[in-house]
Amino acid sequence: MSAITSPFPQGSAGWKLPYRGKVGMACLIVAESAIFTIFVVAYLFYAGKSLSGPTPREVLEIPIFFTICLLSSSVTIHFAAKFLERGKRGGFLSLWFLTIILGALFMYGTAREWYRLIYEHGLTISSNLFGTTYYSLVGLHAFHVTAGLLMLTIVLLFALAGRVGSEQSARVEVLSMYWHFVDAVWVVVFTVVYVLGR
Amino acid sequence: MSSDAIAIGSARETGQSWLETLHEWVTTVDHKRLGILYIVYALFFLAVAGSEAMIMRIQLMYPHNGFVSPQVFNRMFTMHGTTMVFFVGIPFLFGFANYIVPLMIGARDMAFPRLNAFSFWLTAFGGFVLYFSFLGGSGLYGAGSAPDVGWWAYAPLTSRAFSPGHSTDYWTIGLLVSGFGSIGTAINIIATILCMRCPGMKLGRMPLLVWMNLVMSGMVLIAITPLSAAQIMLCVDRYLGGHFFDTQAGGSATLWMHFFWIFGHPEVYILIIPAFAFMSEIVPVFSRKPIFGYPVMVGATVCIGFLSLSVWAHHMFTIGMSSYSNAFFTLTTLAVGIPTGIKIFNWLGTMWGGKIQFKTPMLFCIAFLFQFLIAGLTGIMLGSAAFNWQLSGSYFVVAHFHYTLVGGLVFAIFGAFYFWYPKITGKMLSERVGKLHFWLFFVGFHLTFDLMHIPGLLGMPRRIYTYEPGRGWDLWNLLVSIGAFIQAIATLVFVANLIFSYFKGAKAGNDPWDAWTLEWSVSSPPPAYNFASIPKVSSRRPLWDLKHPEDQDSRYE
Amino acid sequence: MHRTDREKKKGQPSMRQRDTMEWGLVASRVIGILVLLAGICLAAGLCNASSGSENQGPNIFDPRSPNAKSIYQLSSFVLVITGLIFVVVFGLLVYVVVKFRDRTRDAWREPAQVYGSTQIELAWTVIPILIVVVLFLTTARVIHGIQDAPKPPQALSVTVIGHQFWWEFRYPELGVVTANELHLPVGKPAYLKLLSADTDHSFWIPQLAGKTDLIPNRVNEMWMEPEQTGTFLGQCAQYCGTQHAKMLLRVAVESPEDFDAWVRTQKATSIPDEKESAGKHVFESTSCVNCHAVGGTNGTGRFGPDLTHLMSRKTIAAGAARNTHENLRLWIESPDAIKPGSLMPAMKLSDADLDALVRYLETLQ
Repeated sequence: MSAITSPFPQGSAGWKLPYRGKVGMACLIVAESAIFTIFVVAYLFYAGKSLSGPTPREVLEIPIFFTICLLSSSVTIHFAAKFLERGKRGGFLSLWFLTIILGALFMYGTAREWYRLIYEHGLTISSNLFGTTYYSLVGLHAFHVTAGLLMLTIVLLFALAGRVGSEQSARVEVLSMYWHFVDAVWVVVFTVVYVLGR
Repeated sequence: MSSDAIAIGSARETGQSWLETLHEWVTTVDHKRLGILYIVYALFFLAVAGSEAMIMRIQLMYPHNGFVSPQVFNRMFTMHGTTMVFFVGIPFLFGFANYIVPLMIGARDMAFPRLNAFSFWLTAFGGFVLYFSFLGGSGLYGAGSAPDVGWWAYAPLTSRAFSPGHSTDYWTIGLLVSGFGSIGTAINIIATILCMRCPGMKLGRMPLLVWMNLVMSGMVLIAITPLSAAQIMLCVDRYLGGHFFDTQAGGSATLWMHFFWIFGHPEVYILIIPAFAFMSEIVPVFSRKPIFGYPVMVGATVCIGFLSLSVWAHHMFTIGMSSYSNAFFTLTTLAVGIPTGIKIFNWLGTMWGGKIQFKTPMLFCIAFLFQFLIAGLTGIMLGSAAFNWQLSGSYFVVAHFHYTLVGGLVFAIFGAFYFWYPKITGKMLSERVGKLHFWLFFVGFHLTFDLMHIPGLLGMPRRIYTYEPGRGWDLWNLLVSIGAFIQAIATLVFVANLIFSYFKGAKAGNDPWDAWTLEWSVSSPPPAYNFASIPKVSSRRPLWDLKHPEDQDSRYE
Repeated sequence: MHRTDREKKKGQPSMRQRDTMEWGLVASRVIGILVLLAGICLAAGLCNASSGSENQGPNIFDPRSPNAKSIYQLSSFVLVITGLIFVVVFGLLVYVVVKFRDRTRDAWREPAQVYGSTQIELAWTVIPILIVVVLFLTTARVIHGIQDAPKPPQALSVTVIGHQFWWEFRYPELGVVTANELHLPVGKPAYLKLLSADTDHSFWIPQLAGKTDLIPNRVNEMWMEPEQTGTFLGQCAQYCGTQHAKMLLRVAVESPEDFDAWVRTQKATSIPDEKESAGKHVFESTSCVNCHAVGGTNGTGRFGPDLTHLMSRKTIAAGAARNTHENLRLWIESPDAIKPGSLMPAMKLSDADLDALVRYLETLQ
C-alpha cells in the first residue's frame, strides 16, 4: 500500500554536514560551561565575605606542578589523537597512557592539597563561605577530571585489546575535546581561586 | 509490507503478547515511540497537576474555607507549579520535537537514539522522585511530605532550619535528575538538526518548527544548567553543611534568586518558543499561504533566545536593587517584547489575504493570537519596575503567567495535538468533539484568567491558602474557581476525543490537511524507518513544490 | 513577491472539507468576547471608584500617598498605551478572521502566496521600538523619583522586622516597640527600614506604597507619606512559610495629636494591676517569657511580639483574629485553631491558669 519509490528527487552529492559526535560534545561543553560559570560566580561573589575561619591567603598554596601536569596532558592527548588518525597505534597508545598518568597525577595533587587543608588548617566545606565555595568549585572540576579519566581508561583498555584503530579516530577526537574542556576549566578555576581570590 | 509496523496495537496483528509489546516500548530508541512516551507521560501529569489546581481553587472559592489545611495547600501550589513546568510542559514539547523534527528534516531518527531513550527515562524518573515525596517525604519528626516551598524554592526557606525533613530534597533531586534528561534531549535535538538534514535542506530551508526547536534547545543548554548548579549548591547546604544560601553565615538569599531566575526566565521562553513553532506550522496550512516573513521569524526567535538571558531580574524588582538595576531590567524586559510582538504581526500577515479554514487546530491558534496578545500586554505592565512594585507577588502575576502558559502554550499544544494526531496514529480526531473541547476550554479559560487579574489589582497576594472577607476579593475568587471546573471538563472531553478517535476515528491518510512539510509525505503513522529513501529538497515547502510543479517555491526563494 | 491565483491541478484529490464559518458564529464569538471585556472594564471601574470612605480595602488604583500616586499615574499611562495596542491588534485579528475566511463553495483555488514585505515588517518593528523607548523613559523617571528620593530630616523612622508570621515595628527615635499594627501620623513622611529575622517577607499596603521585600542578611528601605487618616490594609506578599496567608498588616494613619497620644501610651510603663498578680505569675513562670517581652516583668523574649501594650491593638496573631477575650484565650490554649502552623506553641495550661493569664494580659493597655 505504501509507495516504496520516493516522490522526491534523490541525490546527496556534495551534501556534507558536521560530524554529530563533535556537535554533541560541543553542546555538552556549552552546558557544562554554564554550570561552572555559576559556581565561579558564587566563588567570586563570596570572596572576602566569610565571617570567620581560614582565608585563602592564609591557607592556599599555588599548585604549579600539578597544573603543569594537567595542561601538558592536553598536549599529549592532542598528539595521541593525531597519531591515531594516521593509524600509528603504538604512538597513540603511549601518549594516551601518558595523558592518563598526568591526569591521575593532578588528581593526586588535589587530594594531597585537600588533605592538608582539612587536617592542618581545619578548612572544610562547612567552615565558612570560602570553604563552601572552594571545595564546591574545585570539587566539581575534580569530579569532571575523574569522569574524564574513567573514559580515557576505558578507551585505553579497548586499545590494549587491539580494538582502537584509525576508524575510531573521530570518536577519540570527541573524547579529547572533552579533555581539552576540562583543562580549560582548570585554567579559569586556577585564575579565580589562586590568583584573583587571594 | 505494511508500513504501519510501528502502530500501537500492532500486537494484535503480529501475534505478540502484551508483555512483548511492553518490552518493546520500554526499550525503544525510536524517536517516534519516545515522542509518544513523552506525550503520554505529560498527559498523565497534566491530569495530576490539574487536580492539584482544582484542590486549590476549591479551597479559594470562599474566604476562610476549610477544604484543605494550609500545609496541604502550600504543597499543592508547589507541586502544581513544579509539575506543570517540568513534567507537563517540557515533556510535551520534547515529545512533539522528538516525533516531528526528524520527519521534517528527512532523517530516519535522532542523532543519538540511545541518548534519546536515556534522557526520556531520566526525565520520567525525576517525576517519579518528585512524587515519591508524597509517600516518603515525612522525614524527621514527620515534618513535611511533598515539598511546600513554592516552585522557586527561595532560600532560606529551603534551608534545613526552615524545611526540616526531606520534602525539599525530593524537589531538588527530582528536578536535578530531570534537568539532566532535558540537557540530553537538547544536545540530541541540536546534533540532529545540524548533522542529519536531508540533502538540499540548508538551514534557510528548514521548517520554522525545526528552527525554533534548535533555538529552544540551545537555550536549554545554558538556562537549565544554572538551576542544576544552584540545586547542587542547595544540596551542599542541606547535607554537607555548606553556606551558599545560609544567611546566618553571611550567605545571600538573593544569590539563590539570581541563579534561579537566570534559569527561570529563559525557561518560560523555552516553553513558549515551541508553541510559536506550532503556530508557525499550523497557521500557514489553514490560511493556505506560506508563513509571512520567514527570515524575520527566524531572526526574531534567535533574538528572543539571546535577549531572554538579560531580563531575569524583573522577577526581583521588589528585593531592593538599585534604581539603575531596576531601570536596566525594565529596558531589557520591554525590549524582549519587541521580537515577540513582531511574531504576532507575522502570523496575522500570514492569515491576511489567505483562505482561513476554521478547523480545530486553527481555532486554537486564533485563540492563541488573541490570548498571547493580552499576555504580552500584561507582561509589559509587569516589566515596568515601578508598576511592578504594586503588581508583583499578587494574583495579577498569577493571571499573567497563566495567560501565557495556558492561553498560549496549552492552546498551542492542543492545536498541535489536533494537527499531528492523524500523522501519529493514522486516525482523525473528531472535529465536532474538538470544537466542543475548544469552546468549553475557551470559556472556562477566560472566566478564570480574565477575572483573576482583578483580585491582584485589589491587593490579593499569591500563595495564600485563604483570604480575609470584605476586601473585595470574594466574588472574583468564586467565579475563577467555576471557570477552573469548566476547563477541567473540557480537558476530559479532550482526553475522551483522543481515546475514542484512536479506535473509531476516520482514517487519516498521508496528508489530511494538504500541508507542505516532509512529515506529510510518509504514511500515517510513518514506517519505522520514516523514509524509504532520503528525499532531496530545494525549497521550504517540498510538498508544495510537488503539488504545484508549475509554481514551485524554489523559484522564488 | 506575489504569485497570482491558480487553478488547482486537475486530478489531485481534495481531502479537505470546506468548512466555512457562518456569519452568526463569527458575530456571536466577537460579541461574546466584547461582552467579557466590557464586564472586566466595568468591574475595574467599580473597583476604582473611591468614594472617599476610609476603609476602602486595598486597591492599587486608590493611592493615598505620593509615591503610590506616582505609580498610579505611571500605571494609567501604561494601561492607556497597552489598551491602544490591544485595540489595534485585536481589531486586526477580528478583521482578518472575518474578511479572509474561506468562503469558496466551488472551483477552489489557492490564494496568492505572499512571502513577506520588507516595508511592512520594518514598520511593525520600528513602532514597537518607539513605544518601548517611551515606556522605558517614563518608568525610569518614576523609579528614580521613588527610590532615590532624599530622606527629609523630619521623617519618622520605623524599623520593620519580618518574622514568621508577624511584623515587629520599632520606632528607634521614639523608643516604641509594637507588633503587626503600624501607626503613622498623617502628612508626615515615614521611612521604613526593612529587615528579616528568618525568611523572605514583603511589606505591601497597596494604597500607600509599592511593596518592598524583607530579606534576611539585607537591609532594604522604603518610604510613604499617607495623605489621609484611616486604616489601611495589606499583608505579607512574599511566601514565607505555612502561615504566610495570615501575616496581615494594618496601618493606622492618625492626626498628629492622635499619633502623639498613641506614642505616649506606648511609651508608658504599664502599671501592674494587683488583682491580676496571679496571671502575671503564670506569665513569668512559664515559657511565655522565652518568646515574649512585657515591660515590668522578667519577660524579655524577642522571638514573639512584645506584649507590653497588647490591648492597644485591634487584632492578635498578625490580624488573624480580633483582639477579644475569647480569641485571646483560644490563641493561648490552641493556636492551631486560629492559625494552624504558626510558631506559637499550645501552652498546655490548666483552665485556672489560663483564665488568670488572660485577665492579666487584658490589663496590658
